[in-house]
Amino acid sequence: MTEKTLRKGNEALAEGAIRAGARFFAGYPITPQNEVPEYMAAYMADAGGAFVQAESEVAAINMVYGAAATGTRSMTSSSSPGISLKQEGITYLASADLPCLIVNVMRGGPGLGSIGGAQGDYFQATRGGGNGDYHVIVLAPNSVEELGNFPKLGFDLAEKYRMPCMILADGILGQMMESMAFNFDPIDPNKLGKFDWAVDINKNGRAKNNVFSYKGDNLIADVVERAKRYGLIEKTEARYEERNAEDCDVLLVAYGLSSRACLEAVNRAKEEGLKVGLFRPITLWPFPSKRLAELAKNVKAILTVEQSLGQLVQDVKLAVGDKTPIYLQAYPAGGQPDGAAILTGVRSCLNGGKEGLFDLQEHAKGFTYECKRDLSLGVQGDRKGETK
Amino acid sequence: MPRIEVDDNRCKACYLCVNACPKKCLGKSKTISKKGYFPAVQERPQDCIGCKMCYVICPDVAITVLKD
Amino acid sequence: MSTILAKKPASLTDVPMHYCPGCGHGIVHRLLAETFEELKIADRVIGVAPVGCAVFADSYFACDCVQGAHGRGPAIATGIKRSKPQAIVFSYQGDGDLASIGMAEIVHAAVRSENITVIFINNAIYGMTGGQMAPTTLVGQVATTAPKGRDPKLQGWPINMCEMLSQITGSKYLARVAVDTPQNVLKAKQCIKKAFENQVNGVGFSMVEVLSQCPTNWHASVEQALEFVRTKMMPQYPLGVFKDEGGK
Repeated sequence: MTEKTLRKGNEALAEGAIRAGARFFAGYPITPQNEVPEYMAAYMADAGGAFVQAESEVAAINMVYGAAATGTRSMTSSSSPGISLKQEGITYLASADLPCLIVNVMRGGPGLGSIGGAQGDYFQATRGGGNGDYHVIVLAPNSVEELGNFPKLGFDLAEKYRMPCMILADGILGQMMESMAFNFDPIDPNKLGKFDWAVDINKNGRAKNNVFSYKGDNLIADVVERAKRYGLIEKTEARYEERNAEDCDVLLVAYGLSSRACLEAVNRAKEEGLKVGLFRPITLWPFPSKRLAELAKNVKAILTVEQSLGQLVQDVKLAVGDKTPIYLQAYPAGGQPDGAAILTGVRSCLNGGKEGLFDLQEHAKGFTYECKRDLSLGVQGDRKGETK
Repeated sequence: MPRIEVDDNRCKACYLCVNACPKKCLGKSKTISKKGYFPAVQERPQDCIGCKMCYVICPDVAITVLKD
Repeated sequence: MSTILAKKPASLTDVPMHYCPGCGHGIVHRLLAETFEELKIADRVIGVAPVGCAVFADSYFACDCVQGAHGRGPAIATGIKRSKPQAIVFSYQGDGDLASIGMAEIVHAAVRSENITVIFINNAIYGMTGGQMAPTTLVGQVATTAPKGRDPKLQGWPINMCEMLSQITGSKYLARVAVDTPQNVLKAKQCIKKAFENQVNGVGFSMVEVLSQCPTNWHASVEQALEFVRTKMMPQYPLGVFKDEGGK
């Protein structure tokens, strides 16, 4: 436990990770998460751990794979395009049942995108992201304080269930400064026990340990067996926060930074006499579907606010079904929500308007499009002038 | 007297040992192994000098060199 | 009562190896296992198995092993070594793994002079996937993805990893050996031992490249394969020690 101090989001996260016992960090520069590896470079060695600036995100996640195999609390951080590169390692980590922490300080996408905050990696994070059937636990902080305290929660969950855990933040959370306090005492890795599955020295006659992701004939049994853990996690580990959620006409659903704009909307709505509540998933996988479905029974409409083009809303629909109308306010590719716009959306939800709501079919109404080849430009097969 | 033993469960009949033996005392078995190979066999143990060349070249670590 | 002059080292498990008859992998596995025992490091060794023919190497070595993604062995070994500095960590890789998809990882492990040992099996072909052209495939050598033989105009020239890595300050020991004859196997053993001694002594990045025969994908008999190693591979990939900053 600490007193409140002013910290930058990325630095709070890095300090929180070291306090949580992280002793291996590998990363690669990418904006807007650079303060994380920079902080690790400055403080990890003093804490008795190792920091490696890797040659790529792919190498960094594979270094984490090796470090996690030894039972060391290991982590990496990156931002959206870098997290795409890490997917190779993440699916291996999941397949080899290795606990570790992966931080995605999201930026605008797709592709190289922008360096501003965004939430476009929701599908990638919550559906696994790499090849094959797997999940990672996804924690979505909405404050610098949560950024600082979630590494411990993340490592605890990752180790409890032997799987990777991802903290899904965004560029604004990572870059902004806020007053925050750590809610746990620093963990000394020398006081953490070992795992019976980890690779190690001084085997002293115990059976050898193999950490591997190739399962051959055992693959089906392995994947099916692991799914039991997923079921258990869905049942027991869903986390969320509510504001006026049990007494509202319109329930906002938002995570991370978007949820803060929603809070503003909830407060403004009160002044206007509108009954608006907020449901904020803290775990995005497992998604807190059960609680959301309960709340949905008592509201006139649900408005999902996300900095992406209709990703979170799909989980909301899966949770709630078609009994309650579900609307979307979308801010893709780095757009930022604000309370006034959200309230406009809330009013549309209640009066059947369209302002402030996003619907893909409405968006594309009357739109036609066809890309065509043009023979007048020459023929594609002409390779004259090429050297090979 | 040096001699060798070939583990039929490991031998895959590449016969690298047969060629490596300076005394040419190894040959191919006439009987098929459980694995479906005709494993290497020491045909003339009396010629073995215990030089371990067969062991050194064997890719399947199937050979034990002994001295009685 | 008979005395045992030579037998399968205890650092190898009893699991029979899956490699094709005559393949060089098994010989190299044995040399590693013998080295662990002779250097009395068996209880400290952690191995990294690759993707490729040696993907099951983790079942053959008695030490703790990690099997990782294609090309990433040196990164995984880095993670292990930095987390367990007392461990003796080796990465075992083939030519597609090390010299193609894992080029960045091997180069930067050398750049950082990670105190690890890399065993690089060069058989000039992709074995596990069925004989595709490798970065080390010789000019003119036929592969399933170079059906007319490797043509430098289309596919470039084979890459010599020892020579290339010798330009990197962090590389401390680089040797190329072969396992085509008992004599060369014994020489290979000396180099492999040196590469592990270096790690024990904290010297830094050490790699041994092993020219290895692949009768199956070369479509050759075992004898022809050994001949190919000698007459075709060795001129392109001369044996020797390319860098030795390990001291005594």
